[in-house]
Amino acid sequence: MPSLTAPRRLLASPVVDLLLGPHGIDRYLELIDPSLTVRDARAHVLAVHRQTDRSVTLRLAPNAAWRGHQAGQFVPVGVEINGVRHTRTYSPASSQHRAGELELTITLHPDGLVSRHLQSVLVPGDVLYLGEAQGDFVLPQRRATRLVLISGGSGITPVLSMLRSLCEERHAGEIHFIHYARTAADWLYRREVQELAGRHANLHVRYVATREGGERVSQASLGSLTDAPVAVCGPRPLIEAVHEVWGDPTRVLSETFAPLVLAAGEGSGTVQFTRSGASSPAGADGSLLEQAEAAGLSPAFGCRMGICHTCTCRKTAGAVRNVLTGEVSETGEQDIQICISVPAGDVALDL
Amino acid sequence: MPTPHPQLTDEQIEALGRELDALRARVAADLGERDVNYIRNMIRTQRGLELAGRGLLFLGAIPPAWLAGVTALSLSKILDNMEIGHNVMHGQYDWTRDPALDSHRFEWDTACPGDQWRHSHNYMHHTHTNVLGKDRDIGYGILRMSEDQPWRPRDLGNPVYATLLALLFQWGVAVHDLEVERIQAGEVTFADKREILQAIWEKGRRQVLKDYVVFPLLAGPAAPFVFTGNLTANLVRNVWSFMIIFCGHFPEGTEEFSEEEVENETRGAWYLRQMLGSANLTGGRVFHILSGNLSHQIEHHLFPDIPAHRYAEIAVEVREICARYGLPYNAGPLGKQFGSVVKKIARLALPGRGNGSDEQAAPAPEPTRPEPRAPKPTPELVAA
Repeated sequence: MPSLTAPRRLLASPVVDLLLGPHGIDRYLELIDPSLTVRDARAHVLAVHRQTDRSVTLRLAPNAAWRGHQAGQFVPVGVEINGVRHTRTYSPASSQHRAGELELTITLHPDGLVSRHLQSVLVPGDVLYLGEAQGDFVLPQRRATRLVLISGGSGITPVLSMLRSLCEERHAGEIHFIHYARTAADWLYRREVQELAGRHANLHVRYVATREGGERVSQASLGSLTDAPVAVCGPRPLIEAVHEVWGDPTRVLSETFAPLVLAAGEGSGTVQFTRSGASSPAGADGSLLEQAEAAGLSPAFGCRMGICHTCTCRKTAGAVRNVLTGEVSETGEQDIQICISVPAGDVALDL
Repeated sequence: MPTPHPQLTDEQIEALGRELDALRARVAADLGERDVNYIRNMIRTQRGLELAGRGLLFLGAIPPAWLAGVTALSLSKILDNMEIGHNVMHGQYDWTRDPALDSHRFEWDTACPGDQWRHSHNYMHHTHTNVLGKDRDIGYGILRMSEDQPWRPRDLGNPVYATLLALLFQWGVAVHDLEVERIQAGEVTFADKREILQAIWEKGRRQVLKDYVVFPLLAGPAAPFVFTGNLTANLVRNVWSFMIIFCGHFPEGTEEFSEEEVENETRGAWYLRQMLGSANLTGGRVFHILSGNLSHQIEHHLFPDIPAHRYAEIAVEVREICARYGLPYNAGPLGKQFGSVVKKIARLALPGRGNGSDEQAAPAPEPTRPEPRAPKPTPELVAA
């Protein structure tokens, strides 16, 4: 974590908090420049470029409040689109040893509001909102003497972060970097990785185009590599194939980039109350507030008619329908008023 | 006395509700960058006024600087509490998902802790608007503000209490959720309210330290000017917000309701109650902003979580709807509306329904309502 400089320490002091209370220093500093904040992590966009047709790569300069990440972790990144802040999690591709820069590569989803915005609207100078880095997809502190790094598609970013971090550590052990994509046109970071291999004799690189005759994960194609520990990130079938070939689960560190995503559905689905572990079955009657109460929980509430916002709580996955407007929400994380919301498919709530 | 109006049928009330729901949906669907820019500009203006005010008061030995400092700081506190704090804390900007505009996290520059305000105001007042015995904004547990509240000898002090409440309004609001009248009545004890008291103490202490200790100390020799300047700015904000807020539901013509009347109330009937129980203030753009757009109290009570700067546009349609249903749309300039509030406060200091005081003798009680509304004593108010 970068240490605060003397002026920033002063700005973050309790006396300043009292004087600028109840809003706090960041609510003043951000009026001068949104990335001047001392507590809220934010980043300026330095560059936006497209390596492939289906991706966009962002180079960011995080402010001093950014605490950095460990290679392999993911970061909640917020962007404001038409007045609404949308947050998605992305795994940085940059080295963990460079807190002053952050590189993200995002795959475009044809209907993805956020990815399309990042690709075509975002320009250098814009500000993104960062959350704290999270996740256990990280290399052990004791680096392995022989290591395999496997990625599929946009799963390359956390694995590349590992590779770049190891290179900066002047890691002497053998590293085998293998990237799978459908076609050669979809390969990400090929030039950068080749350059790294040129400078680090211990790095062996293989780029595979699976729909153009490239060999998929198999014992035959990987040979003795399967004796070494592996870190793999990509779609679920890739993870499963690696597990199958490696056999010993203790030598496989894996992450798939499809966390709990519940599609918006018709009618009511199962409701998971994640904090308490309770749940409400599909087809249960009533608002989410009533369902939570029926499940034995006692969430805060007030008017029970959508006026007072007392019952607002975090939906972590799934879509809900507003019974007053009939509107169906997005499926991502957001705060909802549970007294006027019913499930639209399966839903997870932080209750 | 409530303004006479035709009694609507159940069907009409539901049709009214559907029209207002549709209006709300139309505005909600249109929310976006324009609204965020509006509130952020307002915040920028407020923070600018605040810094300017604090700075000028450090030069408070020069009388024009003191006066300018007090003006800027008063405006800052008024904007912070009314156009920004009150509205953000209603959830008007929750859809932005910006933590700085999140109703559950926002704190304002006044003694009342945000959490307590969200309960006593957003829930109690906005859900139970003008329902005697449930809406504790009717007289704040101190004043007799309705003919339907039974008179007690202590109500003779009504004008005195009102003056004190105006001067100390931020503290009146701060202790609102303590429900002092219920403690007096023995319904709850101080022990039940321990957490509430603790939060008021924490927030109030910081506010007092900031305005009356740390800023004056920082000013060194200018300390007395900073102290008196901060005191004056708080006072100006107190009196201004008292005036605006008391014009929201108490001018002549607004209606109160009994708990029985609102039992099993439909959404349409809830909307109707908000319209009949609220009153607007007329004025220019700056006036509306300084009132936190509570000058559009009717629109605010219909749509408390729609960004308040939209109310002026919405008002055009609400007026038209009221006219079509023959409903009153109570609006007037601040002088007239506040004058009628002052008269009411004075009149209700005396026993009875106040018919024989300075107002003209009113006709038989509410001829337009079919069911007789006998005064229904509400246990909370009788017990004290």
